[in-house]
Amino acid sequence: MIGRRHDDIPLHRDGTARLLPWLIAPMVYLAALALAGMLALGGAMQDWDRGLAGTMTVELPPAQGARNVALAAALGVLRATPGITSATALDRAAEGKLLEPWLGTAITPDELQLPLLIDLHIGGGGTLDLAALKTRLAAAVPGAQLDDHRLWLNRIHALALSVEGTGLAILAMVGATSVLTVIFATRAGFAVHRDVIELLHAIGARDSYIAWQFESEALRLGFGGGLAGLILAAITLWGLGHAAAATAVLGEEAKLLPELHFALWQWGALALLPVAAALTAMATARLTVMRALARLP
Amino acid sequence: MVRLENVGMRYGTGPEVLRDISLDLRPGSFRFLTGASGAGKTTLLRLIYLAERPTRGLISLFGEDISRLQRRDLAPLRRKIGVVFQDFRLLGHLSAFDNVALPLRVSGAPETQVRQHVAELMKWVGLADKLDARPATLSGGQQQRVAIARAVIGRPQLLLADEPTGNVDDAMALRLLHLFEGMNRLGTTLLLATHNDALATQLGHGRLHLENGELVAA
Repeated sequence: MIGRRHDDIPLHRDGTARLLPWLIAPMVYLAALALAGMLALGGAMQDWDRGLAGTMTVELPPAQGARNVALAAALGVLRATPGITSATALDRAAEGKLLEPWLGTAITPDELQLPLLIDLHIGGGGTLDLAALKTRLAAAVPGAQLDDHRLWLNRIHALALSVEGTGLAILAMVGATSVLTVIFATRAGFAVHRDVIELLHAIGARDSYIAWQFESEALRLGFGGGLAGLILAAITLWGLGHAAAATAVLGEEAKLLPELHFALWQWGALALLPVAAALTAMATARLTVMRALARLP
Repeated sequence: MVRLENVGMRYGTGPEVLRDISLDLRPGSFRFLTGASGAGKTTLLRLIYLAERPTRGLISLFGEDISRLQRRDLAPLRRKIGVVFQDFRLLGHLSAFDNVALPLRVSGAPETQVRQHVAELMKWVGLADKLDARPATLSGGQQQRVAIARAVIGRPQLLLADEPTGNVDDAMALRLLHLFEGMNRLGTTLLLATHNDALATQLGHGRLHLENGELVAA
């Protein structure tokens, strides 16, 4: 007998409103994937930064029988340089292990003209003059090169920035499309129920009373659709996580794709997407209805 | 209570459907608004219950010039006006009870008060056993009584009715009119639009007569 308050406009029977969750769900799905991609990339960037920070590599040209001489000269320069905490040459066994996934065990590094590699760790508080070090190294071992990984990191950072920009653009487009969808659905609902709205208006309903009915419906539908989209995205991310893990053909340290392991706050950010979608739908519905009501006398 | 001065009204760029309407309804008065179909009775009522704005002239309600009011100030003013629409305009998805309860809920009345007042009024209009009925399951006369109950539930200071006896038999029409007279005795100002001149004459209240959009002597 007693109807629910603010349920005077039968929006839940409206075909256009029923469609809304089906439109919001793919939007949240796409937004979740874009956001997860950005978060995963950010995590991978931090890992790479952490892994490469404080390290450098010295590369000596392939030695023709004078391996130990070149190595000793280079190590002498390096160990005498303030700011370098350790300088360790990779022995043949370590080089062989690095090449094993590609060359197998049939060929040993001794059979190849491979450069000699020295792994450097920097620290100790001193300031390292890279230009001077390069000059001294080249003088000690002609052809020696110092790789501070900066070029590699810069390129990775540039790639990460463009991927993040693309992710943000996707989020913006998804948001704009969702807003437009809600505007059209709300306008359609307003047109369908115009007679009821005019009656409520005539008996003294305030605009906020009428708008709230659209708002609450948009909130409910937006959250439902958003939740469905998030669940689908979670399933997809779980599948992608397994696919990424399967790329560890070169061992745990050499995965081709970053792992999709998220921190608690990152899961929280993803979980907020349906809430954000619902609140956006609610605010959009309110603004749309209030504008339409302003045209009534 | 209601004062119109030289009011004119046209829809869009069409001809004026009301011309130079001037009238004054004093508090507690009871007037019939008569005229043939298409004379402008419904438009005049729509102007008074603020569903339309006049294209010219001045309308004053409850002592306030409505052209000077902000839009947000009109809702409280509308709550002082009860309207019985010609086509009832009951909400088909709501029960008779909820239809009658609408004005109270819109004004934020507590639910206990809503239940009590609606039940009393439904009993008064003879529909105590139809609280849960949807409008589509009610006869024309029953729907009209629900519409009247909805119009008076908020104890309006001004009651406007558009052909309120159009869908009921003579006995029910007389009963409804006596109901209106009862409300009038309690202080409600009434303006009842009807094309039934005989009915208006029979009750002996004052008449405003519309012909082709103009008020003429009855």
